[in-house]
Amino acid sequence: MITKQLSVFVENKKGRLSAILNLLAENDVDLSALSLADTTEFGVLRLIVNKPELAKKILNESGVIVKITDVLAVVLDDAPGGAAKIIDTLYKNDVSIEYMYAFDTKLTGKAIMVAKTENVKAVNDLLIQNGFEDPSAEDIFKF
Amino acid sequence: MAFLNERMETLSRAELKKVQLERLQKEIKRTYDNVECFRNRMDEKGLKPEDIKSLEDLQKVPFSYKKDLRDYYPFGLFAQPLKNVLRFHASSGTTGKRIVVGYTKNDLETWAECAARMLSAIGVTDEDIIHVAYGYGLFTGGFGIHGAAEKIGAAVIPISSGNTKLQIQTMIDFGATVLCCTPSYAMHLGEEVNRMGVKDQLKLKCGVFGAEPWTESMREEIEKSLGIKAYDIYGLTEVIGPGVACECEEKAGMHIWEDHFLAEIIDPDTGEVLPEGSTGELVFTSLTKEAFPVIRYRTRDICRLEYEPCKCGRTHLRMCKPQGRSDDMLIIRGVNVFPSQIEEVLLKTSGGDLTPNYQIVVDRKNNTDTFDVNVEMSEELFADEVRSIEDIEKRITAELRSTLGIGAKVHLVNPKSIERSEGKAKRVIDKRNLH
Repeated sequence: MITKQLSVFVENKKGRLSAILNLLAENDVDLSALSLADTTEFGVLRLIVNKPELAKKILNESGVIVKITDVLAVVLDDAPGGAAKIIDTLYKNDVSIEYMYAFDTKLTGKAIMVAKTENVKAVNDLLIQNGFEDPSAEDIFKF
Repeated sequence: MAFLNERMETLSRAELKKVQLERLQKEIKRTYDNVECFRNRMDEKGLKPEDIKSLEDLQKVPFSYKKDLRDYYPFGLFAQPLKNVLRFHASSGTTGKRIVVGYTKNDLETWAECAARMLSAIGVTDEDIIHVAYGYGLFTGGFGIHGAAEKIGAAVIPISSGNTKLQIQTMIDFGATVLCCTPSYAMHLGEEVNRMGVKDQLKLKCGVFGAEPWTESMREEIEKSLGIKAYDIYGLTEVIGPGVACECEEKAGMHIWEDHFLAEIIDPDTGEVLPEGSTGELVFTSLTKEAFPVIRYRTRDICRLEYEPCKCGRTHLRMCKPQGRSDDMLIIRGVNVFPSQIEEVLLKTSGGDLTPNYQIVVDRKNNTDTFDVNVEMSEELFADEVRSIEDIEKRITAELRSTLGIGAKVHLVNPKSIERSEGKAKRVIDKRNLH
């Protein structure tokens, strides 16, 4: 499925990450997945949360820059070769991955991979056609 | 105490003023006849060159500004056809566009003489070997000292800037006796020389340092670390280059060569000439320049002039070290930097819709100026992909380098994180304490 991800600009400065995560906690935003891309000068924090619009509003109000991006979420087998199978399909269909990360779910024996590609809708269709399981919102978010 | 041109350097004040008036009248006439911008400004005031009958009459003449060099870029202020121009030099303007000046054969001769007077005044002779570590190129530093060294017949090592280890080895191998570079680079060389433990292999006896502000404590440091006497030199590309004013062995202020440059001190706000001994903005009028005469050129340097005769016997007045600027220009690693240039780069690289908030932080670490530019991240600049943010950062860095001629470190910071006072962001933080 296509899900919404928050991308947050994190200045390379002590305490920034802590301030951002505390703000979300205070407002009862639940994180399903988190990935931090770091460079020498700044970081981009990527989050899958249960209330993306609310989270964006809260962060914006305290001067944090946030973008909501559509990303792919795909179920994969939590077994050796599970991730390889998906990447292989993308590779064979000439799909480039901008970035990706994966997290565990409530589904037994399964994990969820989040990926950013060009034209996420077409890639999502492609994966479904190739027999990959489309996670439900419930699989991703804890309600 | 040697003189290059003893008669001129020791003229009585009365005789000097006579020479100045004669030359001033000719310079004003030459400029009026050949430079449209100046002629228009004189006409607007109803002034003709013939109205300048005394040195005091100069006060009626309109000022000229750095901005003029941009507005009439490249050759609109030249008073000679390019056929008579032998060389160009350039420096940074207040915005992206640089400024350019030209020299005739006589101008190059004047320049060499002015800077050579200094070399003689600090005891440099044709026996000396001069290591010129100022940059060669459009920057006036390298070629300026080079011309002076040739004028007195000294041997020159035109090594230009960069590669410190090679610089030190060359000074040792060639037996350099005089070092010329920026004071901060001299500090750096001194430190390296001592770290390498080769100070006793150096034959240096003195150094000529300028192109950026420096303090008495830096002088002490340079003198100690390199075992030399360190002297200050002053100049602006617009006026001629290094050598407009220089210290003698007394180290009691820099002699302005008044037979070539007439100095005034004015109130930078009102433009009024201030009484002798006042502190204010230094204004220069060239008296003998042909290709690029400057009339009442506003240097923006704040300083004071000393009219008392110097112990060295020279009668030409002395300027103290500039104590600051009447504009916002910074000198970083010897290069002139205006905040407006940075603003222009940011406007250009951010898509042209808005100028991101920024702050310049200048400091000095290990005797080298550090130059950081903090840029506030905005919704418009931010993207989900790290690559595209890094692209922006790289574009800003590259553009700053090509506009300013020196490298800056760009940091993307949180929005609203740059300190503001009364709603206005503080644009420049200079931690160097140079004045």
